Amino acid sequence: MSTDPKRWVAGHVSTLPKSGIRDFFELVAKMKGQDVISLGVGEPDFVTPWHVREAAIYALERGKTYYTSNLGLLELRREISRYVEEHFGVAYRPDDQVIVTVGVSEALDLCFRAFCNPGDKVMYHQPCYVSYHPSISLVHGTGIAVPTYARDNFALTAEALRAAWQPGAKILMLNLPCNPTGGTCTREQLEKIADFCREKDLLVLSDEIYSELTFEGTHTSIASFAGMAERTIFLHGFSKAFAMTGWRIGYACGPAVLIDAMMKVHQYAMMCASIIAQEGALEALKHGWDQVLKMREQYHRRRDLIVRRCNEAGLKCHLPRGSFYAFPDVSPTGLTEKEFAVGLLEQEKVAVVPGTAFGENGRGHVRACFATAYDQIIEACDRIDRFVQRAGRGQGASG
Amino acid sequence: MNPVLKLLIDGGSLSTGQMAAVLGLSDAEVNQHLDQLKKDGIFLGWRPVLDLSREAAAAAAVRAVIEVKVTPERGGGFNRFAERIARFDEVESCYLMSGSYDLLVFVKGASLQKVASFVSEKLSTVEGVLSTSTHFMLRCYKEQGFLLEGGEAQTTRLNVAP
Repeated sequence: MSTDPKRWVAGHVSTLPKSGIRDFFELVAKMKGQDVISLGVGEPDFVTPWHVREAAIYALERGKTYYTSNLGLLELRREISRYVEEHFGVAYRPDDQVIVTVGVSEALDLCFRAFCNPGDKVMYHQPCYVSYHPSISLVHGTGIAVPTYARDNFALTAEALRAAWQPGAKILMLNLPCNPTGGTCTREQLEKIADFCREKDLLVLSDEIYSELTFEGTHTSIASFAGMAERTIFLHGFSKAFAMTGWRIGYACGPAVLIDAMMKVHQYAMMCASIIAQEGALEALKHGWDQVLKMREQYHRRRDLIVRRCNEAGLKCHLPRGSFYAFPDVSPTGLTEKEFAVGLLEQEKVAVVPGTAFGENGRGHVRACFATAYDQIIEACDRIDRFVQRAGRGQGASG
Repeated sequence: MNPVLKLLIDGGSLSTGQMAAVLGLSDAEVNQHLDQLKKDGIFLGWRPVLDLSREAAAAAAVRAVIEVKVTPERGGGFNRFAERIARFDEVESCYLMSGSYDLLVFVKGASLQKVASFVSEKLSTVEGVLSTSTHFMLRCYKEQGFLLEGGEAQTTRLNVAP
C-alpha cells in the first residue's frame, strides 16, 4: 500500500497548476538584500488612510469582537448600497441584495460554488487575474478563455466573445479595468457585450475592483444597462481604491435569489467577514472618498510616467485606462516574456511579472505595477532602459 | 494649475530632475516653471523639515506660540501691526486669526530667557498691542506632515503578488 500522503489530495486539486506568480515570487525572494525594485506587487503602496485604521481601533476598544450577520453589518450594507447607487448607478436593497465577503476573492469563489454545476461553461477574458481559471476548475466547471489584444488596448470586444462562445456557455466573468492589462471597455463596447449576454442568456460576474482607478473617461458598470442587473453579480471591495488589501473585505450585489444562494455557501464556509474589517470598511465608505481621489491622481501621474518611459526605452506599451498596471509588449527586444523578466531581475534587479502568469494570451508581455514611489519608478525605468538597450545589442538574455 | 506647483503641493521630496521625469518635461522647463512661481510670489523657497530634538545643541532652542490682541487702526486694520511684528527675526510665522485674539505668532529663541525678553521688550511694547499670551512648546509630535515618532512601519509588501 502507498504511504505517500499525496494519495489523500483530491484529484482535481493535485492536477491544479500552481500559479505562475509563485515561481517568480520564489525567484525574487532568492535575491533578498540585493536592492531589487519590485514592480511585481499587486497592491497599493499607500497604507490604509489613518481615519479608517483609527475607526477600526476604536471598534476594538468598544469591544466589537463578535460575529456579525452572515450578510454583514446592516449599517455597512446600507452604506454599500448608497455607494454603489451613487457611483455605479445601480440600486440594491441592503436587506437581501448585498453580501459582505472576505475580499472579492471569496465573493468570486461563492459565485462559482453557488452557480456552477459540474461541466458548466464559464467564459472569461484573458490575460486575467490568476485565480479565475483555477476557481472554475475547483467546481468542476469548464473555463473558456476569450482573448483580449494590445491593439484594442486590451478591451474585451463582443466580436471576440462571439468567436469564443460555445453552446451551453452559462456564465461570463468580467474584470474591468483588468488586472494585469489595465484594459477596460468603453460604454459602447460594454453595451455590445451586454447585448450578447442577453442574447445568449449569460449570467455575468463583474469584478469591478479597479473601477475607481479609471483614468480616462468614467467607469461604466455592465449592471447599469437596462435588464442587466437581473443577470449580473456586481463584485467590488476596498482593497485597491481604499488601499485596504490586507483587511480582506469585499462585497457582492445582485438579485436576491442569487445572493441568497451565495449566502448559503458563505454561512457554512466563512460565517461572516471580520467585524473589524467591516467597521473599517464602513468608515472608508462614509469618509474616504477624498483620499481615493488623491491616490488616483498619484496613480494617474505614475502611469503616464511609466508608459512614456517604457515606450521611450523601445518597448510597446499601450495606455492602460485603469488599474495600476502597465502591460508592455517586450517582443521588440527579441526576448520572450520569461527571458525578459528573468534577465531584468538578474541583471538590473527590477522585478516584473511575465505576462503568461496571467494566461497564454499574456505571451510577449510583462506586468509592471506602478503603485510605487516616483523615485523608485524613475530608477526602475532607468534600469529597464539599460536592459532593453543591451538586449537590442543581442546581450539581453545571456547578459 | 502649474504642473510643478501640483507636485510641490503633494509634498514629495523630488529633485528638479525627478520632477522633470514625472512630468515628462526637460530640466530646463521645470526650472522655468519654478522661476515663474517665484516671480508670481507663490514659491518662496526651500526649507528642510527637521526634528531638532535629536540634535543636542539645536534642541536647546525654545519655541513658543503667542496670542496677541491689538487695537486695529483706522485705515490700516491689522495689517500694519502684523507686518511690523512679522519682521522680527525671532518670528517664524505670523497669522491673523478669528476668535478671541487677533494675531498668532510663532517664535523661536535660543533660550527661554531670550523668548521672554522678546515678548516683554519687543512684542508687548509695540504700540497698539493690548495683551499677549505666551505658550511654550514642550514637545513636537508632527512637523509639517512628518510624524516624529511612531511613523508607518517599513513596507512589508510582498515583492511579487497576483
